[in-house]
Amino acid sequence: MLKERKCGVAVIGGGPAGLAAAISAHEVGCRDVVLIERDRLLGGILNQCIHDGFGLHRFGEAMTGPEYAQRDIDRFNELGIEAMTESMVMELKEDRTLLVSRRGEMIRLRADAVVLAMGCRERPRGALSIPGTRPSGIYTAGAAQNFVNLSNLMPGKKVCILGSGDIGLIMARRMTLEGAEVKAVFELLPYSSGLPRNIQQCLNDYGISLYLSTTVTGIVGEDRLEAVQVSKVDERRRPIPGTEQTFECDTLLLSVGLIPENELTRMAGIAIDPVTNGAVVDDDFMTSVPGIFSCGNVLHVHDLVDWVSLEAAEAGKRAAAWAKGDREGAAGIAVRHGNGVRYTMPARVSGGKDVSIAFRVGAPDRNRYLVVTADGREIVRQKRIRLHPAVMEHLTVKAADLKGCSALEVSVQ
Amino acid sequence: MSEHREYTCVVCPNGCALQVEVSEGEKPQFISATGNLCPRGLAWAKQEVENPLRTISTNVLVTGGSLPVVSVRTLDAIPLAQVKAVRESLKQIVLKAPLHIGQVIADCPAGVPCRVAVTRNVPAVG
Repeated sequence: MLKERKCGVAVIGGGPAGLAAAISAHEVGCRDVVLIERDRLLGGILNQCIHDGFGLHRFGEAMTGPEYAQRDIDRFNELGIEAMTESMVMELKEDRTLLVSRRGEMIRLRADAVVLAMGCRERPRGALSIPGTRPSGIYTAGAAQNFVNLSNLMPGKKVCILGSGDIGLIMARRMTLEGAEVKAVFELLPYSSGLPRNIQQCLNDYGISLYLSTTVTGIVGEDRLEAVQVSKVDERRRPIPGTEQTFECDTLLLSVGLIPENELTRMAGIAIDPVTNGAVVDDDFMTSVPGIFSCGNVLHVHDLVDWVSLEAAEAGKRAAAWAKGDREGAAGIAVRHGNGVRYTMPARVSGGKDVSIAFRVGAPDRNRYLVVTADGREIVRQKRIRLHPAVMEHLTVKAADLKGCSALEVSVQ
Repeated sequence: MSEHREYTCVVCPNGCALQVEVSEGEKPQFISATGNLCPRGLAWAKQEVENPLRTISTNVLVTGGSLPVVSVRTLDAIPLAQVKAVRESLKQIVLKAPLHIGQVIADCPAGVPCRVAVTRNVPAVG
């Protein structure tokens, strides 16, 4: 039986982005917000991130993931917002109709506005083309984190980690504390893609070596992983013959990037940015399909959850306004990424209000200026002592500076 | 004689790159630091040279709850050198659900004075 339902704002995903979007949509007056989450619990990936450092910007204190999530869950429940848990959106149409599978029933939900907050999944081994056998013992870092932190299961005893993103670094420390021997962390790039503080706290503190410009080029073991072979890579990231080294281990954790889960986004015909693999949005976080908004890690991968929550709260507010029929004119000003900038979010702005532009730089650097120009005229210039691709940068552009302009460009000078 | 060290400040996500001068010898003393964006970085660098402190997050076993473990954190910083001993001591504890965020479950694990608090609500089941 197909059940038919309607709602004002449908939020897909119950992690930090979905929670913040649903709360703010309710707070600005939308009384029929429905949040859809496929897991049993709300909170998303924060549930397994038991380390601290969350909430410094938003709450002014260092919290662990579950504590951060609980603040939003408490607020969400206090407002009486409806959560459909153990429910999965199977289909999203351009007309904002969702097909939801929920504990044996199907629901067709017609929403006035939709917020996409599905987050990311991890890149698996299959995406890396590492040659060798296919033994057990190879996990994504997040899967291992889930086993250790939520199920009290240890993936192995002797661990190598490929990828120095934050999850990989955090897991190096976590596995060490749980009694495993972490042999080394390998990074393909000449610099770590994790936050500098995590290199210090997770690797240096425990004497774990980080091998830069190095990748796994061979897997050894039949039933269980026995060793990994690694090689140095050249500047074009090709393994250099003769530099092979073998590390004995029973476990290899992969922390090699996140893939925004945009299957539904694509299904709805929404335009995707080839750099972020997230939707192209305007400064209301609205995608190319009117009434469908996107925020959080499904839009672009963030460094800190604080930014996810703040961005999602804004998206939720705009979605609620749209659902109420309060719609602004088209966002006609293009935002381009210039020298040293990989992408900008949003990609278009309306010019009617101040806008915060989030972006990432392409390579580590020191003592540079971040510059925004409007039709070639400089409107923002800020110094940065240190630039790093792992850190998301933000610049605010004033509405007054946008008058009459047709394009903005963000660059590193 | 002084020794030059490079640290990454861990006080906040800015992760300032600190250039630190310390005295040579068995117990190095802090002399000076540059590269910090705020005074907290300076205090941290001095502490880091003379007695590095850390907080840790880990799990403690639970019975009768919806999860087999509950996440906990140290509310007070502990010497880096004591981190593993504290972790081992917490491994010996078994808690009974229900548990609530903020509940203090130990105050001197492995003889190190520091409060350890629950960071997740675990309802009782069954």
